Amino acid sequence: MRHVLSALVMNQPGVLAHVSGMLASRNFNIDSLAVGETEDETLSRMTFVVRGDDRVLDQVRKQLEKIVTVVRVIDYLGKDYVERDLMLIKVATEGGRRLSEVKELNDVFRGKIVDVSPEHVIIEIAGQESKVNAFIDVMRQFEILELVRTGRIALTRRGSITQDAASPDPQPAEAR
Amino acid sequence: MATVQTAKSTPTPAAPQVRSYNGAEILVESLVRQGTQFIYAYPGGCSMPLHQALISAQEKLRTILPRHEQGGAFAAQGIARATGEVGVCMATSGPGATNLVTSIADAKLDSVPLVAITGQVPQAVIGSDAFQETPMVEVCRAITKHHYMITDVRDVARIVKEAYHIAATGRPGPVLIDFPKDVQLATLDAAEVDFDPPMNLPGYRPINNGPQPEQVRQVLAALKRSKKPILYVGGGCINSNAAEELTKFALKTGIPVTMTAMGLGSFPGEHPQSLHMLGMHGTVYANYAVNEADLLLALGVRFDDRVTGKLEEFAKHGKIVHVDLDPSEIHKNKAAHVPIVADLKKTLQALNAMIEDDDIPDVTAWQKQIAEWKAKFPLKYNESGDDILQQYAIEELWKRTKERNPYVAVGVGQHQMWAAQFFKFQKPRHWLSSSGLGTMGFGLPAAMGVATAFPNDLVFDIDGDGSFQMNIQELATIRCEKLPVKILLLNNQHLGMVVQWEDRFMEGRRAHTYLGPIDDPEWHGKGAGPIKTDTYPDFVTIARGYDIPAARVRSKKEFPKALETMINTPGAYLLEVICPYQEHVLPMIPSGKTVRDIIVE
Repeated sequence: MRHVLSALVMNQPGVLAHVSGMLASRNFNIDSLAVGETEDETLSRMTFVVRGDDRVLDQVRKQLEKIVTVVRVIDYLGKDYVERDLMLIKVATEGGRRLSEVKELNDVFRGKIVDVSPEHVIIEIAGQESKVNAFIDVMRQFEILELVRTGRIALTRRGSITQDAASPDPQPAEAR
Repeated sequence: MATVQTAKSTPTPAAPQVRSYNGAEILVESLVRQGTQFIYAYPGGCSMPLHQALISAQEKLRTILPRHEQGGAFAAQGIARATGEVGVCMATSGPGATNLVTSIADAKLDSVPLVAITGQVPQAVIGSDAFQETPMVEVCRAITKHHYMITDVRDVARIVKEAYHIAATGRPGPVLIDFPKDVQLATLDAAEVDFDPPMNLPGYRPINNGPQPEQVRQVLAALKRSKKPILYVGGGCINSNAAEELTKFALKTGIPVTMTAMGLGSFPGEHPQSLHMLGMHGTVYANYAVNEADLLLALGVRFDDRVTGKLEEFAKHGKIVHVDLDPSEIHKNKAAHVPIVADLKKTLQALNAMIEDDDIPDVTAWQKQIAEWKAKFPLKYNESGDDILQQYAIEELWKRTKERNPYVAVGVGQHQMWAAQFFKFQKPRHWLSSSGLGTMGFGLPAAMGVATAFPNDLVFDIDGDGSFQMNIQELATIRCEKLPVKILLLNNQHLGMVVQWEDRFMEGRRAHTYLGPIDDPEWHGKGAGPIKTDTYPDFVTIARGYDIPAARVRSKKEFPKALETMINTPGAYLLEVICPYQEHVLPMIPSGKTVRDIIVE
C-alpha cells in the first residue's frame, strides 16, 4: 500500500540527510521524496511516498516525529488533498518530421513545450502520477532521450500545517 | 524523569575584569550553569582551547582525564545512570571523537542522558580531509537523539542549553556537540553573551503528560477482569523515577513483578512478589508467568528480542497494556490492546489514586501457582566442590554487602547475566549494565563514573576477563583520580558467553574464544580441564603496575576472607577470581524461541 506523507522540517543543513538516513537505516521503503522551502523561510517541506502496511506507516510517521528538526508530520490518508508530479521529458522529433505528432499528444495531455530544437523538444507535464506515467507510455513511440521527475508533492485542500505547527501537538492517537 | 535543567541560579561569575569570552569559555561557563559537576575529557589539538577554559573553571567543574576517550564516555554514562542527571564527556576531533562513538550508540539504545562534546577542525578546512578531521555529525546522526555543529560563537550558549534539555527530557538520550576550533577561539564582548537564551526547538515536544482518566479506567477495568495479571517493567520506570509508585501499586494489588535488564531495581529484588528478570536468561517462573498471564502490564519497556524471543508467541494469552512516553515504541514490536503514551510516574500515580478495592482481582490462586514454579525452578548452581563458580562469587558478594546498598557495574557476557540473576537490587540506579548495545568494556569505566559522583559509597565493577581488558587502561584513571572502584574480576580465560553458544549450538567447536596464547591446547578446546593453573595475563601484576592493591583466589576456602579484604581496603582494589569456563548461564531461551524451549539443565 502506498501513502503520501508530508513533513515540515527546520530549514537547516543536514536535515535531509538525517531524514533519509533514518528511513534507510530502519529499512523503510520510499518511492519518492521531494524537498523545498515553504512560505516560511525557516521551514522546508518534505513529501514522501511510502510503501508498506498500516504498521509500517505508523512507524515511519512516529520515527519522523522523533527527529528534533522535524516540526510536524501529516499523513494524507483519508484527507481531502491535491497531489502532483512534475516531469520534464526530452523527446526526439527526427529533424522535426514528427514534431506535429508530439505536439498533438502533448495537447491531449495538456503538457507544455518549453524548449524546441531541430532534433528534439522538451515537454513539461504536471499531474497525478498516473497521468505522467501514461504520457511516458505514449511518448515511447518516439525516442525518449531523457526525462526527470520531481517526485510527489501534495497539499490538503483546507487548513495549513505551517500554521498548525505553531500550536501544540494533539495527544497522539493511541486508541485504535 | 530527570528534571529539566534550565539555567541554574548560580551567581553570575562575570567578574568586572571579564571584557570578553571566547567560544570555549562560553561553552564551559554554560556547562557550569547547567549544574554540571564533572566532565570526562581527553585533550588534543582541536580541543585545547576548551581545556584551557576547563582549567580556568576547575573550582566549579571537575575535569577528569580518562586514559582512553571511550573510558571517559562510559564514565560519563556511569554518572548519568547513577544520578539521573546529564553525563558529559569531551574529546578532540578525529580519532578522539570516533572513540566516543561506541558510548554514544550505547547511550542511545539504553536511553541515557549524555552530552558528548567534540573538537572539530577549523571551519576553513572542514571537508578538505584535514589532519584529524572526521565528519562527526555525519557519523553520529543515526546514534544520537540530536546533534549540533556550532558555526557561530553567538550560538554556543543556546546550543548547550538545548543539548541538556534534549538529553534529559522525554525519553533521554545522547546529544553530540561538534565544535570547530575557530569558533572556540572566536570572541564575543561580555555584554553580548546571554547565558540563558531562548531555545529554538519548534519540533521538540517531549511527552510529560499523564494518562487520560479514560485510559486509567480502561486499565483498571482490564485489571478487574483479570485472574493472572503481571507487571513487566523496564528502564522507563527508572528514567521516570517511578520505582516508589510502582512498588506501591504492586503491593496494593498483589500483582507479581518481573523486570528487564534495564528495569532491575524498580521493585525490591528480595520481595516475594519479585519474579526477577525475564527473557533469554530470565527466571523460569518469570517466563512461565508472562506466558500464562491474562493481563500484561508493560511499563516503560520496548518488547526487545532478548525479552520476547519469538514475538508472535510472547504473552499471547494476555491482554497488553503498554505505557511508554515514546509514541514510536507503542505497537512497534507487539500491538497493545490498551496503548498509553504518557509519563510512567504520572500514570502510576493516577492508577494509585483511582484504584478502588473493588478493582483488585483475587490473585491468590495465581500467586500460589507462581510460588510453586518458584519452588520448582529456583535459580541454582552447583554448590559442591572447592572451585569458585561465578554465580557463587556474585551471590556471596551480594550477601556480604547488601546492607550497604552498593552500586554494581558490569561488562557484557556471562558474568553480566549472572550478576543480573544473583545480585538482588533493592533500589533503582544501583545497577549499571550496557543492556541494549551490549558493550564489552562498559563495567570498569561506568563504575569509575559512579565513584566520581558517589565517592563515599561502595562501588563494584563485576567483570569478566574479556570485558575487563577492553578498558583496562582506566585502572590508571581510578588510581590517579582516587576513585574507589572495587573490581571483582571473574577470570575464566574465555569469552564465556560465546563459548556457551559454541557448546549449545556449534558442537563445542572453539573459534577464537580462548584468551590465552595460541600454542596452548586450550586454544583448540583441548586443554586439561575447566580451570587453568597458569592463567594469562597476570592481572594482579598489572594492577600492581598501576599501583592498585590486588589479590588472586582460586578456592572457596579463601574466597570469603579475600572478599572482606577487598571490601575493607580503602580506595580501589582488584580481586581476581579464577573460575571454571564450562559453566552455562541458565535458564536459557534460545534466540527466537519460546518459553516452551527453555533450557534449565
